[in-house]
Amino acid sequence: MSDDEPKGGLLDQNGIPITNLPKRGFVRRVADWASAKSMWLLWYCTGCGAVELPPSFTSRYDMERYGIGPMATPRQADIFLITGYLSVKTLKRVVRSYEQMQDPKYVLGHGSCTIDGGMYWDSYATIKDVGLYIPVDIYIAGCMPRPEAIFHAFEKLQSMIKAGEANGWRRYKENYQYYRKNQDKVFKRGPDWALEEPVLK
Amino acid sequence: MAWSATTWVMIFLAPLLAFFLGHLFLGISRKYTARMHRRVGPPVVQQFIDVMKLFGKRESTTHSWVQDMGALFAVIGVVASILFIPIGGQAVLAFQGDIIVLAYLLVIAPLGMALGTGATGNPNSAIGVSRGLMLMMGYELPFAMVIVAVVLHYDTASISEIVKAQEGAFNWAILALPLSAIAADLALQGMLGEKPFDQPVAPAEIASGPMVEFGGKYLGMLMIWHAMSIVVEAGLFVDLFLGGGVIFPGGSVWALIGNILIWSILALVMWLISVSINNVFGRFKMGQALNFYWGVPTLLALLGLGYVVLSNVGVF
Repeated sequence: MSDDEPKGGLLDQNGIPITNLPKRGFVRRVADWASAKSMWLLWYCTGCGAVELPPSFTSRYDMERYGIGPMATPRQADIFLITGYLSVKTLKRVVRSYEQMQDPKYVLGHGSCTIDGGMYWDSYATIKDVGLYIPVDIYIAGCMPRPEAIFHAFEKLQSMIKAGEANGWRRYKENYQYYRKNQDKVFKRGPDWALEEPVLK
Repeated sequence: MAWSATTWVMIFLAPLLAFFLGHLFLGISRKYTARMHRRVGPPVVQQFIDVMKLFGKRESTTHSWVQDMGALFAVIGVVASILFIPIGGQAVLAFQGDIIVLAYLLVIAPLGMALGTGATGNPNSAIGVSRGLMLMMGYELPFAMVIVAVVLHYDTASISEIVKAQEGAFNWAILALPLSAIAADLALQGMLGEKPFDQPVAPAEIASGPMVEFGGKYLGMLMIWHAMSIVVEAGLFVDLFLGGGVIFPGGSVWALIGNILIWSILALVMWLISVSINNVFGRFKMGQALNFYWGVPTLLALLGLGYVVLSNVGVF
């Protein structure tokens, strides 16, 4: 472990301390309740997981009854759903899309490939652990996870948002140097990309 | 100009009512669409929760102050136009010629949105805006002829007067001017931006077009604008062709509340007709949409206008 890596306190799965959240006022609690009830998805489906999603949002399982639905662009979305593996080339696009989303934002790792590479564990071209590059709030294990597992993850995420525990977006900004160092090992940021450090508001 | 107490109440009530009804209409239509798909669908209040969520976001990226102004412009434009719409026979602003002012005001809100989205510099939003303006060119032609026909038939250019002229049993303009009513309903489909005329906002094609760079409270503003514009446009049809929902005569408060209720139900029916068409159609290409609007609806509106002119000179 190098010196600039954060230490101490309660750690999450990547060894990053889970920050103590400030107390939420009434307005913030209401806003968190609303964002738990209305979750708009951005799907990053270059892996194989996209095939599980049509049954999840059509009439068989009907995602919309929980207020969950697809959105067209990162600006509008609340939840970043990464289905399946990411290749070394696509990671850049994922980070860029993630940084375009508006706080509070949540990331769902869908499938075993996002946890440890899954069946691509020894591939030279695959990202093994997405949590090293962007903070993941919930992982869904399985290859592939059934729609029931996806819904279980959504319910868990809803209860985490209501309790104020889904704070991946906060971890990203507080530990930006850590994530940035891992990202820089994989790709270079071009001049058209905002290079300044994100500010936690 | 001395305003009555009812006018003072309506000036605050009308925008609030449009806000509430618009989100309720959208919630009902989402449930209705879900039932047509054999799904359960979201709760009816889902649209309110969505707007609450959007205004509760901690971060909203803006690209320039023009984007801020554009979102405000859109909401203010639609609030201004609701003041001209008689709700239950009672409009806040009513004078001779207000239908012409309204025809201009209806365009202001989309132009405000176009201004704001242009400032974001995203190519998708530029495509969306240009498609929206082209579509406007399509449906404004039959709609303008319909307005001229109604104005000539009732010999007044005030919407409140048109509503008054339709009082009584079987006196609605949809029975007197059926061709114009059909043309107006076809134009309404494009005005509401429902399929097959949802080219400006084509989520699968140009990533939701004008809204592409809008997030957080900016998207919330545009959603409020969309919800309120549904009430304005469906309500305008009700006022022009369905007697403005005025069933109960007299100027009492209870009669006004009853008329507002009937007006809301009729506007909801018009909105659900539009949503039903939306659910079973695909999306036209831009050229197909213009060809359609300059074909059948324009012909119907022209025939309706001709009927009115000929009956005014005493042929029928």
